[in-house]
Amino acid sequence: MSVLGGLTIAVPRGALFDGTVELLTALGVDTAELRSNDRKLLFEEIGVITMRPSDVPTYVEAGAADLGITGKDVLLEQTPQRPGEDGRKVYELLDLGFGRCTMVLAGEAGPDPAAEALRRLGVMRVATKYPRIAARHLEETGRQAEIVEVKGSVELAPLTGIVEAIVDLTATGTTLRENNLVIREEIVECTARLIANPVSYKMKAAEIDELRRRLRELPVPAS
Amino acid sequence: MIHPIPSGTRDVLPDETREARAITDALRAVFESHGYGEVYTPALEYESVLARAALADAQPAYRVFDENGAVLVLRSDMTVPIARVVASRYASAAPPLRFCYFAHCYRGVSPARGQPRELLQAGIELIGSPAPEGTAEALTVLCRSLDATGLKDYRVGLGDASLFPALMASLNVPEDAREGLLEALVMRDFVELERRIGESGIAGEAAELLLEVPQRRGGPELLAQAPAEAAEAVTGLRRMLELLAPDVAARVIVDLGLVRNIGYYTGAVFDVYDPALGAPLGGGGRYDDLLGRFGRRLPAVGFALGVDRLHLALAGEERGTGALLASALGDGLAHSAPQDGAAGRNPAAPEAAS
Repeated sequence: MSVLGGLTIAVPRGALFDGTVELLTALGVDTAELRSNDRKLLFEEIGVITMRPSDVPTYVEAGAADLGITGKDVLLEQTPQRPGEDGRKVYELLDLGFGRCTMVLAGEAGPDPAAEALRRLGVMRVATKYPRIAARHLEETGRQAEIVEVKGSVELAPLTGIVEAIVDLTATGTTLRENNLVIREEIVECTARLIANPVSYKMKAAEIDELRRRLRELPVPAS
Repeated sequence: MIHPIPSGTRDVLPDETREARAITDALRAVFESHGYGEVYTPALEYESVLARAALADAQPAYRVFDENGAVLVLRSDMTVPIARVVASRYASAAPPLRFCYFAHCYRGVSPARGQPRELLQAGIELIGSPAPEGTAEALTVLCRSLDATGLKDYRVGLGDASLFPALMASLNVPEDAREGLLEALVMRDFVELERRIGESGIAGEAAELLLEVPQRRGGPELLAQAPAEAAEAVTGLRRMLELLAPDVAARVIVDLGLVRNIGYYTGAVFDVYDPALGAPLGGGGRYDDLLGRFGRRLPAVGFALGVDRLHLALAGEERGTGALLASALGDGLAHSAPQDGAAGRNPAAPEAAS
């Protein structure tokens, strides 16, 4: 039986990778190959599969992994937030505390074009990689908005004038500043979360609880 | 030429039909042998009639107007239509009443995911048989029918819909915070549950219990260890478990946090899991108030299985695939059920060797 008690865990490549590897190493998992080989996807001997963070709920929901680590931003976008809402059905077990960043509404510095658009046109246009989070936030704050979904470089959209604001994740705010954008509203703080497949959560309760207990006791990774 | 059909619907061709028919025939034989008579009801019902049941996850999604302007809906489950049948067609028949069904139900889908809009469900309803005997009978029929399909490694998660609300009441959770806590649990979000418990001003041991009790799942010993605040629901489950045959009881995972997001459940609730599939195959529970809403007060219990999911799980077990399969077999319980062939199976998934 491996260190993870025979469990398979979906590990995110990208910003949350280093912190995740730090936790796995602290649990006693041999992460040497995981760290050195960034082309390999499946590490069967240590019970790890790697993927981009936004794919983690997909694999965990389908049962390809019992557990997964991904950002709260991904979960807010992909899992149901109210009873009856559609989305990926996974358990959220633990706030791992690392990878902290903020989901913000940002726009060009100077007079707020979004306010003008709302006043004169009745609707503001918002570019984002997180259409559900953006739509939910604007609805909850009572503003009519047209959501423009983009796949990357969200900062480009307001600079070219196709939208008046963006909703995006920021850690330091550097990219926003470099593009002459300022934070108008902070929507939600996001950190890395431990999630579980609903069937595994029931059928492998002891193993999952043990791993969760050990993770809870570890210090929060610096990265 | 390719002619489209609506997203989430599909044609079923002879190879699949043959296999699905073998499954439904096996289920039907067990249902019938336990005295459950098969019924058909219309796929279309009056919205005003079905609205008597409070559905959350299973809201009817498709509505049409008839020639008189009345709103018709495509049924989203069979429990509510059967409650209607009992009230209107069996108004004075002596309980218990036993029905089974094989019927297509219709759910809303998010278009991008290709989820089924039309689901074939197989299930039973036992009307007029209270807990614990009625629940034990339903669980027994559930396990016997799954056994008859040849499914080997399934488990039944068993909880009680009244447990968490009772826990909140006895721990004096403020009234206005209760819905939020229950919602976090329904959304499977323990991080949010912990946050909302803190926000509601509950602290210390009570906060600990609210967060920790719904995460308890495992063997029947959990019921003996449950806190006094949950005593009523737990005692009911214990009495019910005592009525089960050993092979049925061995399938049960006690789950103090199990909640089903369909408004009409009142007592014991259950979900069916199989390691070859990442999502439950079906589930059910007690709905002691639902019949009363249709004018005939009778306690009731039932379950529904998704025939397509059952088919997927059977195929997965046969291939020995499904990422969840390997280590689940390691817990030994799958083998304790008297299933010929199960003990000799050699799971093919890699972790089994480690």
